[in-house]
Amino acid sequence: MLDLTYETPKIKTIAGARHDWELVIGMEVHAQVSSNAKLFSGASTKFGAEPNSNVSFVDSAMPGMLPVINEFAVEQAVRTGLGLKAEINLVSAFDRKNYFYPDLPQGYQISQLYHPIVGEGEVIVDMGPGVARKVRIERIHMEQDAGKSIHDMDPNMSFVDLNRTGVCLMEIVSRPDIRGPEEAAAYLGKLRQIMRYLGTCDGNMQEGSMRADVNVSVCLPGEYEKFIETGDFSHLRTRCEIKNMNSMRFIQQAIDIEARRQIALHEAGEEVVQETRLFDPDKGETRSMRSKEEAHDYRYFPDPDLLPLEIEQAWVDNIAASLPELPDEKKARFVNDFGLSEYDASVLTAEVENAAYFEEVQREAGDGKLSANWVINELFGRLKKEDHGITDSPVSPSQLAGIIKLIKSGDISGKIAKDLFEIVYTEGGDPAEIVEARGMKQVTDTGAIEAAVDEIIAANPAQVEKAKQNPKLAGWFVGQVMKATGGKANPKAVNELVAAKLGL
Amino acid sequence: MSIDTKTAAKVAHLARIRVEDDKLPALAQEFNNILGFIEQLNEVDVEGVEPMTSVTPMRLKRREDVVTDGNMPEKVMSNAPDAREGFFAVPKVVE
Repeated sequence: MLDLTYETPKIKTIAGARHDWELVIGMEVHAQVSSNAKLFSGASTKFGAEPNSNVSFVDSAMPGMLPVINEFAVEQAVRTGLGLKAEINLVSAFDRKNYFYPDLPQGYQISQLYHPIVGEGEVIVDMGPGVARKVRIERIHMEQDAGKSIHDMDPNMSFVDLNRTGVCLMEIVSRPDIRGPEEAAAYLGKLRQIMRYLGTCDGNMQEGSMRADVNVSVCLPGEYEKFIETGDFSHLRTRCEIKNMNSMRFIQQAIDIEARRQIALHEAGEEVVQETRLFDPDKGETRSMRSKEEAHDYRYFPDPDLLPLEIEQAWVDNIAASLPELPDEKKARFVNDFGLSEYDASVLTAEVENAAYFEEVQREAGDGKLSANWVINELFGRLKKEDHGITDSPVSPSQLAGIIKLIKSGDISGKIAKDLFEIVYTEGGDPAEIVEARGMKQVTDTGAIEAAVDEIIAANPAQVEKAKQNPKLAGWFVGQVMKATGGKANPKAVNELVAAKLGL
Repeated sequence: MSIDTKTAAKVAHLARIRVEDDKLPALAQEFNNILGFIEQLNEVDVEGVEPMTSVTPMRLKRREDVVTDGNMPEKVMSNAPDAREGFFAVPKVVE
């Protein structure tokens, strides 16, 4: 496999009153597994259903109901682990995490504290062409989601919807390898991209399919390196956990604000207390969630309703064999095989649908760079204008390839191609037929161009004199010829002829 | 390890079980008896012994990823002390 090489990004520092401080960030990302049914029941996971309709008696924790695991959810967790180059544990087990909250009917969440299904892996977080941070993954475990509490429908009551209760989540836990707010957002973005390639999580942050708890601490230069050398957490300072973030923008803001709060405390000689905090984007502050502190005594114990989860290596191997090409590999291949810039390759591989579209265009048109330019600049630009995604594109890959083939064969100029693109975009049709029917073909016949050049020169003797003094004015003649030929003359041929005729 | 009445009160609170103050010393004593027994078990050397999870060899039962349940909000809500507009209504809990 071809890999791109990269350098590690510069560490962002925040200036305090006395020192420059670095950030140390670890994240726990909760990703909702894409599946039809829940982790331990046969109720639907579909988003947006009527309240309490996607609920079985297992989810509502009726007495005597027993959990039965959804094998596909397990497969999805394994697939995610393989996508993050992680070790898969053939034996894992479920534990109960006990706490009381109205949206948790069981009074406990079934999770995997002691024996998670996925062990150590890694993610390459791109921070620009040639720059990336490797973030180590500590573990991924499966767990049940809780229900949803709605607080704004009634002044005195909270309303509870159990539709989400029991949906399978993967909690992806990173090592504290993230060194700034931008890296944190990029890490989340990369996880999202990989899981969307794998089809294991739809990554829809608005619908809550991905949420992150962010652990933030600050340190002086050199302290983090000591931690990395020794693996000893005592070289790091006390961290705080910002809970339940579901927007990349807010994550960056919250990290910055929390880091500054901690820096002020350290510089004033005060102590940072390890605690859970909540980000308030309206007030631009993080504040302590004291109520969570006592609840942190979760009294975990193995779930007696569930045997350990044993899976076979052959089953894992089958899943591994069915993995799609992942973003890093695809990007490297686009750079190596098609000669694309790393930037263009990143843009095209950002979403798997975009990459597939580009590859189809490339396959038919046979020119990677030109295809990339047209997909990125013309198609994406045009789609963005109307807020369309690639899947709603009115121009099919084959139509776009048709336009590119016409450019390559010299049948149309780049400028005419843009007009043609607009026609295909708005009216549809076969590009070659449109060019034929509307007489858009580029004139490469030098005889015809020559005639046009002669005509312009004959009609403008004064301009000819000026151009002989100032060769730059040749451009004016080129423009006139292009105009006279309706933009269909081959610009290169026109340039050459104008220069020759003017004796430049 | 010894459980005092304060710890007993905390455990009771975490489990949302009300225990009157005068019952706490007896509860703490019960905990201590249980923990004492566990201590005794801890004396057994289980080095290299796999935990037994089942008396008969059994594999965790799996289900297929098919929707087979749900769509009965009225049944799910039928025991709710208070339900409004399809939701369970509970005393306000806000972080």
